[in-house]
Amino acid sequence: MKYALLIYSAPGAGEQAGPPPPGVITDWVAYTQAANDSGGLLAAERLAATDTATCVRVRGGDRLLTDGPFAETKEYLLGFYLLDVPDLDTALDWAARMPAAAYGVVEVRAVRTGEPWQAVLG
Amino acid sequence: MGVIEPGLERAFREEWGAIVAALARRTGDLQAAEDATAEAFAAAAKAWQRDGVPPNPGGWLTVTASRKAIDQLRRNRAVAVDPQLLSELAQSTGEKAGEMTGIPMADDRLGMVFACCHPALALEVRVAMTLRYVAGLTTREIAAAFLLPEPSLAQRLVRAKRKIREAGIQFVVPAAGALAERLAGVRAVVYLVFNEGYAASEGDRLVRTDLCEEAIWLGRLLRRLLPGDAETAGLLALMLLHHSRAAARQDASGRPVPLAEQDRACWDQTLITEGTAVLADAMAHRDPGPYQLQAAIAAVHAEAADIEDTDWPQIAALYGELARLTPSPVIEVNRAVAVGMADGPLAGLAVLAPVLAAGTLADYAPLHAAHADLLARAGDTEGAAAAWARAADTTGNAALRAELRRRQPGQGGDPGPQNS
Repeated sequence: MKYALLIYSAPGAGEQAGPPPPGVITDWVAYTQAANDSGGLLAAERLAATDTATCVRVRGGDRLLTDGPFAETKEYLLGFYLLDVPDLDTALDWAARMPAAAYGVVEVRAVRTGEPWQAVLG
Repeated sequence: MGVIEPGLERAFREEWGAIVAALARRTGDLQAAEDATAEAFAAAAKAWQRDGVPPNPGGWLTVTASRKAIDQLRRNRAVAVDPQLLSELAQSTGEKAGEMTGIPMADDRLGMVFACCHPALALEVRVAMTLRYVAGLTTREIAAAFLLPEPSLAQRLVRAKRKIREAGIQFVVPAAGALAERLAGVRAVVYLVFNEGYAASEGDRLVRTDLCEEAIWLGRLLRRLLPGDAETAGLLALMLLHHSRAAARQDASGRPVPLAEQDRACWDQTLITEGTAVLADAMAHRDPGPYQLQAAIAAVHAEAADIEDTDWPQIAALYGELARLTPSPVIEVNRAVAVGMADGPLAGLAVLAPVLAAGTLADYAPLHAAHADLLARAGDTEGAAAAWARAADTTGNAALRAELRRRQPGQGGDPGPQNS
């Protein structure tokens, strides 16, 4: 089953303006390496800073843009990993190992299958 | 299925639970398993009325339910069914038809237990799921037990089943590395059900026997499924020994009777015998734990003729051991009571002092009740009165509140230890 591991944290906790503290990069590299070696890693992306986001809505045929992320909350979406693993317990284990789990929240949600629009992806 | 004889009702529930568990494990879809089983039972009602009960009713039901599950999966094929699953299910049904004995398969039942108690589900959801799919209670019975509107509880179960299916929670015994922690979680759910029955936190009755008995039934099932696990046996022993006092814990008017005043002739000796035996069995594994220690404390009470005759130094020592394993202010309160009995009220007050000072249990009625009792025995009547008032203010149970109010100055009555 595919699972999205959505990484949430308060900006400033995970997002650094300057160079990150020593060890943080090594942790992320090691984690990504391990996930990739396991054969279950489909994608991993870190998103640009939350205040550089733009929101798009189309209402009544008009395209509306707003400056900033969707939710003006304490925690923002920082990035995600996409894994293909046998069950929820395996996905939860990977989420717990993620460096971000120690200072933020990792939301684990399964990916739906059999969606009609997936047919075009081959 | 018409009117089922009371004696058969439990067997009916067990059979239902076992079949649902078997199908859920193979399909990963609890709702589908439940639907197929319901259809199989309905079919049985018709067929058996016509043709009589078959020689192997459990087998008949399992095969029928499996076939109905396969049919449903085939109908759903447009939506995303793993073709391998269909052939597996068809194969296993064929194999099993010959060897059906109607005895619940341990792996299936354990798989259901661990799925229902998965930590990805909220605690109250785990309790509801375990009572429904392991103990086999109806939605209405569970709602009544926890004083919830039935539709809310039904919705909770529907959501949980959907989560299990869509999030990929498996009906399996967890891998070795995770097993200890997950097993602790299962015991916690069972103990929660028991405690809800033992000293109902809401509502007016002090004891809800039905919940205690369901928890004990779950405890016995777990012990059958996991015979080598000491703490599982310890939990069962604890529940049996506590429940043995049920008849004596309330008087005719529903007033709670503290341990010191209980008529021990009303204690259920059969439960005490069973509980003591289970505890001995647990301790033989030489794998001590909190449930075993708590059961040992209950066993010391169970063997005493009355409150004065009780081996309080032994109980104080056991609480000391328990505090070492799982330190907590609540355990310190109980230890203070025991020390107070073994070594006098001043010694008990000394144990209680840091708990009172810390303030973390300011709203915990038993703390204030214990404090009141120790102060009264130490001669501080005013202090005791204030503590009784505080105890009455902080309990959520109406029967207990009335009793605690009764104990304020001038009301008389020998307090004794407040745990019952």
